[in-house]
Amino acid sequence: MSALTDRAGRPLIAITGAGIVSPLGRGKTDNWAALTAGRSGIHRIERFPTDHLRTTIAGTVDFMTAPEDGSAALTYALAEAAALEALEEAGFSDNFGGPLFVAAPPVELEWHQRLGLDAEGAALGEGEAGYDRILAAARATAHPQHSGNVYFGSTALRLKEKTGARGLPVTLSTACASGATAIQLGAEAIRRGEADRVLSVGTDGSVTAEALIRFSLLSALSTQNDVPEQASKPFSKDRDGFVMAEGAGAFVMETLESARARGATILGILEGCGEKADDFHRTRSKPDGSPAIAAVNAALADAGVTPSDVGYINAHGTSTPENDKMECLSLTEVFGEGLGGVPISSNKSMIGHTLTAAGAIEAVFSLMTIRTGTLPPTINHANPDPALVLDCVPNEKRDAAVTRVLSNSFGFGGQNTCLVIAAEPA
Amino acid sequence: MAHSAVITGIGIVTAMGVGIEANWRALTDGSAPVVDTERFAPYPVHPAPEIDWSEQIPKRGDQRQMEAWQRLGTYAAGLALDDAGIKGDEALTGTMDMIVAAAGGERDAAVDTMILAEAAGGRADTGVLINEKLTTELRPTLFLAQLSNLLAGNISIVHKVTGSSRTFMGEEGAAMSAVQTAVARIRAGQSTHALVGAAFNAEHADMLLGYEMNRHLARGSWTPVAERASGEGGGLVAGSGGVFLVIEEAGHAAMRGAKIHASIDPVSVDAGAEDGMPARLERLAEETGIDDADMIVSANSGALARNAAEADFVAARWPETPVRTVANKTGHVREAQFPLAIAVAALSIAKGRPVAPLEDAEKPASDAPSTIGVIALGHQVAEAMVRISKPETAR
Repeated sequence: MSALTDRAGRPLIAITGAGIVSPLGRGKTDNWAALTAGRSGIHRIERFPTDHLRTTIAGTVDFMTAPEDGSAALTYALAEAAALEALEEAGFSDNFGGPLFVAAPPVELEWHQRLGLDAEGAALGEGEAGYDRILAAARATAHPQHSGNVYFGSTALRLKEKTGARGLPVTLSTACASGATAIQLGAEAIRRGEADRVLSVGTDGSVTAEALIRFSLLSALSTQNDVPEQASKPFSKDRDGFVMAEGAGAFVMETLESARARGATILGILEGCGEKADDFHRTRSKPDGSPAIAAVNAALADAGVTPSDVGYINAHGTSTPENDKMECLSLTEVFGEGLGGVPISSNKSMIGHTLTAAGAIEAVFSLMTIRTGTLPPTINHANPDPALVLDCVPNEKRDAAVTRVLSNSFGFGGQNTCLVIAAEPA
Repeated sequence: MAHSAVITGIGIVTAMGVGIEANWRALTDGSAPVVDTERFAPYPVHPAPEIDWSEQIPKRGDQRQMEAWQRLGTYAAGLALDDAGIKGDEALTGTMDMIVAAAGGERDAAVDTMILAEAAGGRADTGVLINEKLTTELRPTLFLAQLSNLLAGNISIVHKVTGSSRTFMGEEGAAMSAVQTAVARIRAGQSTHALVGAAFNAEHADMLLGYEMNRHLARGSWTPVAERASGEGGGLVAGSGGVFLVIEEAGHAAMRGAKIHASIDPVSVDAGAEDGMPARLERLAEETGIDDADMIVSANSGALARNAAEADFVAARWPETPVRTVANKTGHVREAQFPLAIAVAALSIAKGRPVAPLEDAEKPASDAPSTIGVIALGHQVAEAMVRISKPETAR
């Protein structure tokens, strides 16, 4: 039997449950089949009118809730589905008992709610359209049905009730790194000895017209609307932005000791986490890539490994000109020219950018890469960017035995978080 | 645990004023609170004080990129770093961990009103209307002034805090978890120094609207927190402000010769169904061991039901202990209220003086406190307690 602690004497952290929903489907089985077949989940938006929009495609998840239920309801449904899949696999019922960490998108009243409130105010005989009238409507009658769009902690609190998680759940946002941060917070809690087991979830069901417009105004989105499934093309020369998407990913993690003691199947080990904030700009990275480099190095150091121990990199790979260039530059600094031959691929070429959920979803895919010995491809790689010298597993999956994966997450606001996930020690 | 945590930096901006001294004066001089009952009538609000932003946010370009909540928070964070003697020391800011509690930023009310007016005027294709207005009328970078994690992002840019950056969400509970996590990481040796805090802009209709969805706001003239049950509305008066704390490992603080305001023990937090709250509060009191406190500082929001529940608990468990409800002077600064109550407790310890009664219902106190219990109940959910003390009586 191998050791139960790492070099630093900290408990090794076993992953014993994993769950996922993405535009490709619900559950690990369907997702992995589609992902390794190189299928895209990106399609034309049907949830809301796309008139006047520069981008009319997304990886919306349309099979979980009705469109009129809104984004808060979808965000919760996605989180619940991923969490329950992970808990079931880990062998926990509805009385989980460990702490809960949820990466969730910011909430706000949706437009149909604002319009409805304004109409209520008008019916009360209040003056002109606007916030005074909306506030008058709110004063007249309580609207607890809007709580999910007002309280940022709603998704996590509902999920706590559903799963029997203990205490005050943590809801967090580190932008596009959020899902990875949820896993990191869980790992830290275990290492502090606060819990034998934790549930970490990243979820995002927030593709609305306004969210799309906001990213569009920042010139972050692909406008290659003609063939939706080919718009997300990380590491390609003609990449022009990311494609918004929805989904959720979840991990149940526990001490290797407790997992073995209860006879749980060990899916993998969460070996290390690293982070570093960037102080350069709100949406751009420091030109020398030093924060991303520091985050990668911190994750490897936390795991107690060197670049040569990494068999595959699950890229952040958003398909924006900026991210893919900076990610390649940073990784080249750590891994050497051509990344020292370490293959790297971007799940976002198929599922798009699931934003708050991305770090968690991609951690689940990283785990499955190890478990199946299959590297998912980077699809839509017809026109490689010659400036990016890397093996992005172009277009077709590849068989490769991998025992350790680096998963990157980088976000607006200078967020950089990396995870190292490994096979169970022999 | 081999490590203990101390508070070495405090940055406060509230209706009471800018900085430690202005706020401490207002907490001890019996002055009336600053309240604006006109601008958002029927809702009173405690407005932000006049601030010279350039003192903490030197670049005009940075100021322009932020909405009010981000400016308040970035400013207060700068004050805390100054107070801790960390500002501008890149070896310290570059390794400093940061946990910000945040919601979302302010919307563009003028653009929203445009859409609401056209829809109310009879335009039926509201989906197309929304696209048309938002694509042409929104300031392109407004999103960055709204995104939850961009208060932390701005603090990184302006103050160079880059060791790590995490943003917790979920109203008052976000800040409870933020302080809890920062202290737990320091005690476990996962961190040596951390910047923790939040900001809230009450002076925006959309921010008030969130509270009013469940009719939490007090209306009409301002009254002290203990008297709001007999007034109109839901008891909560919103306040603008920003509060940040520098929390540091005691040895790390000693080694660099930092002044220590107070020690902070582990934070206990919980949440759950309403009927389980008395038992949860008992457990938090036991865990934090604040029965020996010379004073209780409350982060209560004023919201009627949870205020009454807290008052009942405190009166039963600590009948003789003076209580100070900070909301009487600042209003409810939502995510910033728990850090604010901790800051007030730490200042009282550091100054060797009790906080004066903040409303008629509060008992006088004369002795210098050596231990203060901070109690916080979110206006709708989440509870926390923590023991703040002189370093020699820390646990």
